[in-house]
Amino acid sequence: MRRGFWLWAASLGAYTFLYVPLFIVIIYSFNDSRLNAEWVGFTWHWYDVLLHDNDMLAAMGNSLFIALVSSLAATVLGTMAGIAMHRYKMKALTFMVLTPVAMPEILLGVSLLLFFIQVLNLTLGLVSIILAHITFSIGFVAVIVRARLAGIDESIFEAARDLGASPWETFRYVTFPLILPGVVAGGLMAFTLSIDDFVITFFTAGVGVATLPLRVYSMIKIAVTPEVNAVSTLLMLLTLTMIVLASKFSPDVLRGKT
Amino acid sequence: MALLEIRNVTRRFGDFVAVDNISLSIEAGEFFTLLGPSGCGKTTILRMIAGFDLPDAGQILLDGKDLADTPPEQRPVRTVFQSYALFPHMTVAQNISFPLKMARIPGSDAARMLRETLDLVHLTDKSDAYPHELSGGQKQRVALARGLVNRPRVLLLDEPLGALDAKLREEMQLELINLQREVGVTFVFVTHAQVEALALSHRIAVMRDGRAEQVDEPSKLYSFPQNRFVADFIGHINMLEAQVLEPAHGHLRLAVAGLGEILAPPLHGIAIGSKGTFAIRPEQVRIGVHDEVQELKNHFLGTVLHFLYRGDVTVYKVSLANGAVIEALLPNAAQGRAELFKVGDTVCVGWRHESGMFLHE
Repeated sequence: MRRGFWLWAASLGAYTFLYVPLFIVIIYSFNDSRLNAEWVGFTWHWYDVLLHDNDMLAAMGNSLFIALVSSLAATVLGTMAGIAMHRYKMKALTFMVLTPVAMPEILLGVSLLLFFIQVLNLTLGLVSIILAHITFSIGFVAVIVRARLAGIDESIFEAARDLGASPWETFRYVTFPLILPGVVAGGLMAFTLSIDDFVITFFTAGVGVATLPLRVYSMIKIAVTPEVNAVSTLLMLLTLTMIVLASKFSPDVLRGKT
Repeated sequence: MALLEIRNVTRRFGDFVAVDNISLSIEAGEFFTLLGPSGCGKTTILRMIAGFDLPDAGQILLDGKDLADTPPEQRPVRTVFQSYALFPHMTVAQNISFPLKMARIPGSDAARMLRETLDLVHLTDKSDAYPHELSGGQKQRVALARGLVNRPRVLLLDEPLGALDAKLREEMQLELINLQREVGVTFVFVTHAQVEALALSHRIAVMRDGRAEQVDEPSKLYSFPQNRFVADFIGHINMLEAQVLEPAHGHLRLAVAGLGEILAPPLHGIAIGSKGTFAIRPEQVRIGVHDEVQELKNHFLGTVLHFLYRGDVTVYKVSLANGAVIEALLPNAAQGRAELFKVGDTVCVGWRHESGMFLHE
């Protein structure tokens, strides 16, 4: 009884700490005041401002485009990497795929910047951001796909060959449909990671192109207006949708079926 | 010519020799069983026939053609896996149709073959169910149907009854026998359960350490095992260390230390003084106190150590003068009779001199 109480209190405290700031951001995005200080009244005003802020809209467009392209590419490459990691139990391969996941972002950002400029001679912009985002997303997709594969009875793939399917047909009719939930979950994860990445994007964006996180950052350098709250709320909504979708497709959900 | 021929096949995994220079020849239409304890190489042989593994030496021939360069999907061989390996995202009908789809069999023929096969395994009403909705026995039948649907030359079965409970296993044994008779496809069956092997097979290869110890019909294996391992692995058997006294005409005279002499069926070309084992099945051993047993040429006094009531039979374990324990099996034909003898009773065990056999080491 007593232990139960303290457990509940501790969890409540932790969740309060996590979620109250988020709620404040959301609530103040509807506040009819220039300041995030006191509640004055309800308004859609800041969302209206947001819709007419061309720089902000351009940043949003960039973010969505980058997230879409990079998550698609990362899904394809990450799925291939996940299958390879599962099939060839090579430590070196796993290490290489997973390193970018564990690497501090700032390190990855700096090294990608140097690589793009000094080795590839690339002008920083959309392309460099997309390449950078693909780089750090592959590992996440690969891990999810591999986890999905690990939950499938290996003899199912042998059975497909045994019943007359070529390696490609085995992939098309058996392997791919079975790992599809993992692939989709991985793709949504990559999309989410891309859309709210700041550090790596900051290093690889150059001067011309801004993404949503970069734009928000440059705005709060001047003052935190409720427009930032409004855009943060929208970003939160998008991310949340993605997470819910990803968890719907996560490997655990369909496991009971095998 | 045999349908499937395994010629001097060896397969090593590192230092471990899984299959050691084995040769088997399996006839068309045969129900052939590879029987042995785990690690004896039986599953490795199956995987090499299916094409998932390749021999390090030797050949596997189907209809006289070497299979070495044929990938699994092009071999007219199907496997029923121990775990069934049904495709979880496909219905029963889709699972069974999979090999037809891969073979690009046109729609109307494929539909007919599916219908016939569903009928064959009594799953017509389950055709739209997913594997996770089926019982163990039903999954088993889907796996069989999927393997048989486009009539392979050989169906390989890897301990397919291992996951079923005892009652269902017996039912499936009968179903397997009927199915094999009906479709006429050659079955190569792998199991470690000797009862199953005896019940199902036309011929059995008893395997140990990657070698075939004996290849024979079930009744021959049971009655005339060629060595101690086979005798011990197939069914129950009593063994007594023995030495040949006289390889006489008509019978073999054996000496058993601390017990006396035994008369056994003759064995050709055996020398005086040869050491070995006298082996006799429990059901051939008579047990009693009355004259009937004492009239037998081989009989000894002993003490009942314990008995196991099994319903249909009671197994008595009798300790003899030299410390050896003999098992005797007594059928309980009369109702309500559980025990004829009690623990500690002095009894007489005996057997006809035509029974049992001498196994030369």
